[in-house]
Amino acid sequence: MRPTEYSERSLECNGWQVRVTSYRLGGVYYCKADNVSPGAVLARSQAPTKEQAEREALHRAEQLLSRVKRYPV
Amino acid sequence: MTDYAHHETLVSTQWVEDHMADAAVRVVEVDVDEDAYSEGHIPGSIAWAWRSQLCDTVQRDILSAGQLSRLCSQSGIANATTIVLHGDNNNWFAAWALWQLKIFGHADVRLMDGGRRKWLAERRELTTAIPAYPPAVYTPAPPDTTLRAHLPGVMDAIAHSHALLLDVRTPQEFSGEIFAPPGLPETCQRGGHLPGARNVPWSVACRDDGTFRSAAELRRLYAAEGIDGSAPVIAYCRIGERSSHTWFVLKYLLGFGNVTNYDGSWTEWGNLVGVPIERGSSPAAAA
Repeated sequence: MRPTEYSERSLECNGWQVRVTSYRLGGVYYCKADNVSPGAVLARSQAPTKEQAEREALHRAEQLLSRVKRYPV
Repeated sequence: MTDYAHHETLVSTQWVEDHMADAAVRVVEVDVDEDAYSEGHIPGSIAWAWRSQLCDTVQRDILSAGQLSRLCSQSGIANATTIVLHGDNNNWFAAWALWQLKIFGHADVRLMDGGRRKWLAERRELTTAIPAYPPAVYTPAPPDTTLRAHLPGVMDAIAHSHALLLDVRTPQEFSGEIFAPPGLPETCQRGGHLPGARNVPWSVACRDDGTFRSAAELRRLYAAEGIDGSAPVIAYCRIGERSSHTWFVLKYLLGFGNVTNYDGSWTEWGNLVGVPIERGSSPAAAA
């Protein structure tokens, strides 16, 4: 099988850059949201539609990023 | 790939596709996201889980010779096997595996340039079938201690300026604004960096498609922070895997002679009682 509809996009989420990567394999859309720098995966999801998969991954990523503490330098 | 010092350590996605069925080649996927392989992977490839198979799971350490021997044997990898590593996020944990294989003397180990990301973007074949290979005989060489930095050596380097310290984390981790990458658990008591360290984030070594930049581009990037191969370099990050990626770049793509990976990294130094740290941006970044 071959992945189709591969896409990547970056957006800001709670002050941090998030990259959303999704593709379709078989009848399922897979999505992961990572923190761009360094690129660690924050959330992954799979759903029957791309929109649902991305929405779920972004929701989880948003929850994690909302907890990031910044310290004065 | 021909302008690198050791271009033989990189293969293209097309090369991997052409050699998927080659019995002398073993394609191994190493992802930070350990669920990725099960979604679909290169036909014939196996997966190594970095948390449980590329670390000592009791005492914080890399694999022992015995552990590596068992892992390779179970993977059907012999000493003469060409191992092609790849994974997600620009091959960062694949580089971690490569560093350990080099410590134990595996002759022919390579990275698939661009990693899993490029394979997916190029819509190459995937399978969910998990191959089974007959066990092989694998004998690691005695560990090459010149590839790894430990705490005493790092302390000595700081005290006597014996080496350049290269922090490959994000600028916000380097300065101490955050203690861990965004969204990940904080595992340190303090934020900041090792005294005197330079900062070149590991990911600048790769283009947007995940492939490595040219040798000329890489030389410019590191030279801007005084890293040009004329002095020993100790690379570090948070747990040693981003810095293994940079170690690969400096040692194999640029051919620098003396490069070590300090895998204790910031989770060791930043939690130690009584050692100095620095905070704030790198001097070059602030200029």
